[in-house]
Amino acid sequence: MSKKVYSDAKAALDGLLHDGMTILAGGFGLCGIPEHMILAIRDSGVKDLTIASNNAGVDDFGLGLLLQTRQVKKMISSYVGENKTFEAQFLAGELELEFNPQGTLAERCRAGGAGIPAFYTKTGVGTIIAEGKETKEFDGETYVMERGLTGDLAIVKAWKGDTAGNVVFRKTARNFNAPMATAGKTCVVEVEDLVEPGQLDPDGIHLPSIYTHRIFQGQDFEKRIEFRTVSDG
Amino acid sequence: MAWTRDEMCARAAQELEDGFYVNLGIGMPTKVANFIPEDMDVNFQSENGMLGMGPFPTDNEVDADLINAGKQTITETPKSVYFDSAQSFAMIRGGHINMSILGALQVAENGDLANWMIPGKMVKGMGGAMDLVAGVKRVVILMDHNAKDGSAKLLKECNLPLTGAGVVDDIITELGLFTIGEGGVHIQELAPDVSVDEVRDRSEATIVTQ
Repeated sequence: MSKKVYSDAKAALDGLLHDGMTILAGGFGLCGIPEHMILAIRDSGVKDLTIASNNAGVDDFGLGLLLQTRQVKKMISSYVGENKTFEAQFLAGELELEFNPQGTLAERCRAGGAGIPAFYTKTGVGTIIAEGKETKEFDGETYVMERGLTGDLAIVKAWKGDTAGNVVFRKTARNFNAPMATAGKTCVVEVEDLVEPGQLDPDGIHLPSIYTHRIFQGQDFEKRIEFRTVSDG
Repeated sequence: MAWTRDEMCARAAQELEDGFYVNLGIGMPTKVANFIPEDMDVNFQSENGMLGMGPFPTDNEVDADLINAGKQTITETPKSVYFDSAQSFAMIRGGHINMSILGALQVAENGDLANWMIPGKMVKGMGGAMDLVAGVKRVVILMDHNAKDGSAKLLKECNLPLTGAGVVDDIITELGLFTIGEGGVHIQELAPDVSVDEVRDRSEATIVTQ
């Protein structure tokens, strides 16, 4: 068995969690969130976490579970609208919040994972997001400097992975999982289906094994849907 | 007769062109997709990581791994392609998306846009709006001409925190279609029986006629 393979979320996170750490959590809304690792982090009791995640889950699922237990000190997110626990803790001054435009958050992770400490973007120029940040003109346009982002740990959800750590995502569940995987000092991936090397098409791998430090197959994914919208067909 | 919401969406759809890649904002802009002519090929981008977004699924097609940026379940089409968030915003910020149609709280006559926060109220976040207005080639605002309390939304200057500075190209309201240009907000087209005076009465921005 590959040294990267662990039996479950608790085993895969063993030795990686400490108070005050920064965690990059993949997912968009509830789509593609590492639901087993979120539960294991809750059960570990680790606290004062800084979590970078596009959203903050809902009250009783996803990262909302870590808010309920007050394990989160600060969130770095682009949109937190779906969570009343978040709102209550934020308005009471118990939770720090750093808003990043969604593309800036994604690019910060991509840059962080690629060894790029900072980059310039037009996003946010002339808004409160750019306040206190360096700006620079290129070809007559103003850009704001944003920092690359890395974390102590990236927690990532994928569809399939092989025991070497090559990973394939499914549909829109890829989202932040891929860039965040590259930006964690350690990256742990939970998959729905763990297969042997050779069973995934090498041309179809979304995340090469070099980024995956630990991997496990989760059991009984809930994969909750936030807004179930249907047509009559 | 001011335009109905459907007529506003239909008017916005007329701004699309064959082959366009388009990002529609949450709310009324989403409905523009219902008014695309059958023979027009328009690709919808969903910033959570998809091109070629399809309509809502039937009950048995629902897939938890397939949602739009509003976190609603959707479907794929034969042209669909999926990618990660960094790639998605590289498309947006790199100027590859032809048009974005978004809602607004306020638009100023210099093209400033405010649509993400009201100080004193809970701030939910800007999501991808700041990236879209900074990067997409043409930004069209689809909004009610006035706020619920009757106050103007087309202003000389926005007093809410900005989403982007000088980013708006066109505005569609129930009163007509307007373009940000020299000297203020230019009337391009008025809804039936709407007068220039009515637009001026219901706006604070400088209204310019052709």
